Amino acid sequence: MTTERLSLTLGPVFYNWPVARWIDFYNRIADEAPVDRVCLGEVVCSKRKPFLDEAILVTVDRLERGGKEVVYATLALPTGKREIRDISDMIQAGYAIEANDMATVHLLAGREHAVGPFLNIYNEDALALHVRLGASRVCLPPELPLESIALLAQARNVVEVFAFGRPPLALSARCYSARSAGMAKDSCQFVCENDRDGMEVTTIDGTPFLSVNGIQTLGYTVTAATHQVGELKDAGVVSLRLSPQSCDMVRVAQIFRSLADGHMTPKEANEGLHVLGLPGPLSDGFLRGLPGCTAEAD
Amino acid sequence: MTARLELVCPAGTPAGLRTAVEAGAHSVYCGYRDETNARNFPGLNFDRAEMTDAVRFTHDRGARILIALNTFMRAGATDLWKRGVDDAVAAGADALILADVGLVDYARRTHPRQRLHLSVQAAAATPEAIAFYRDRFGIARVVLPRVLTVEEIARLTSHAAPCETEVFVFGGLCVMAEGRCMLSSYATGKSPNMTGVCSPPSHVTYRDKGDALVACVGGFTVERFEKGEPAGYPTLCKGRFAAQGAVSHLFEDPVSLNAVELLPRLASVGVTAFKIEGRQRGRAYVATVVRAFRRAIDALATGGRIDFDELRALTEGQRDTVGAYKKAWR
Repeated sequence: MTTERLSLTLGPVFYNWPVARWIDFYNRIADEAPVDRVCLGEVVCSKRKPFLDEAILVTVDRLERGGKEVVYATLALPTGKREIRDISDMIQAGYAIEANDMATVHLLAGREHAVGPFLNIYNEDALALHVRLGASRVCLPPELPLESIALLAQARNVVEVFAFGRPPLALSARCYSARSAGMAKDSCQFVCENDRDGMEVTTIDGTPFLSVNGIQTLGYTVTAATHQVGELKDAGVVSLRLSPQSCDMVRVAQIFRSLADGHMTPKEANEGLHVLGLPGPLSDGFLRGLPGCTAEAD
Repeated sequence: MTARLELVCPAGTPAGLRTAVEAGAHSVYCGYRDETNARNFPGLNFDRAEMTDAVRFTHDRGARILIALNTFMRAGATDLWKRGVDDAVAAGADALILADVGLVDYARRTHPRQRLHLSVQAAAATPEAIAFYRDRFGIARVVLPRVLTVEEIARLTSHAAPCETEVFVFGGLCVMAEGRCMLSSYATGKSPNMTGVCSPPSHVTYRDKGDALVACVGGFTVERFEKGEPAGYPTLCKGRFAAQGAVSHLFEDPVSLNAVELLPRLASVGVTAFKIEGRQRGRAYVATVVRAFRRAIDALATGGRIDFDELRALTEGQRDTVGAYKKAWR
């Protein structure tokens, strides 16, 4: 049992939002959202990064003045030399880093850092190793069931859980936004910019299934660990991750803050989330050891 | 090119292992009959006694045996995987194929002299990620993802040294970064990383729609076969889906990998081992594919001529691809 206050982490925006929208989003987060830390940076596609670089400098300052801890999240699937060099530059520049792949962990060379939801940390041994390597906060993979999360959180005081947002499910060398528009990756014309919450993918009989965001595939449903917050807190989880969608994320953060502080019931939280115009229905199947797309009834 | 090339072949069962070795495999890979290996299918894999026999059989014929424990350990149950490592070492495995960094750490500390390979499920696809496993744990070989180009493989191979590289040349194609895909667990609750299965048969259903057969995984329709059309296995990432008003094989066409024409290039850039996927395939298939690839590798080593037509014929009637190796996706 722990009486520590659960902190809230706003994960990086996965989607290719226009820069103006991106800046507005973070300005509002800086001023209004009750989150403790904010992860910034392009995690999915390095081609989008040049548009963000300047915006990030301005945004970091604004967020820090708003009292948020700012962390720089690295690319989840770096491949080329340039991408690795960019990560290396951020590390050398002394930014607080959230590592999203093992190349970054290698480059960090033992320096203290956070770990995002893209590393395969499924058990207490892998977690202990990453802590030895300098990890001080670790967001576990979204498919882990509550039972496993509890064991890891009891073992180490560093566990963060993916608590809100479309769950990131897969990464590929291939860009599906470009492929579905009949274009190659290198000449994609940034078609992914059209989809604020990713491109909706349905089955051939029309059932919504997935969301495609460039090289990333996410679930269609929106993870909401509302029913589990109490158990996560009791197990020693230190932080909940809220992953940005195009809905009102300030309100989402307020709901999870109230929930974590015991000022709101899970049912009230879900009702509050439902009215926000989410891109899909709520789900919590992964946490319950069931198909990730499923949800517990309120 | 002076190093010896190695043909690494699938052994789903003891009989399959004997078939592969007799057909000319330099090495076979296999796993225990539990959730420690990524081909955790009913009817496949080896119990402890069978593994001991398999090691003896393989070594008697001058071949090597690689034991895969390439899923991610379940929290609170890591002993199952560690016992697997201990037993594989005791059985005389020539190498262990591991994916979980915690298990790699355990194997290295407990069995300092055991040769370790990094599974494709660890998704080490940059010089830095490979260096992480090589420098900290003395990984001797890394199995590369199937989504790299030949140029990328060349670069990785030169940076990885003295760690060797192994690439898939034939069989199933994963288009997502291996070991980093949760599509199956999102739809069915069973995942490659945690349970060693993808789109498992237990969650596949077929519905007869009169003029067509519809295949579902976890209740999601994945493919529709017209009457008379051969019905392939419905793997989630190879299904047909709708996006932006169009229906397509959005992620990957239902094709298999056949990189035979790239063998000389891959060998010339220093790749050590060529891997054939398919522990779930039948013995006749394994025998045919292994024999053909062994002849090709022998020809490569001696400067002889490779019979590409024979190898291409292996996928006759099916659709195959050289995958990303030729950079068609960029």
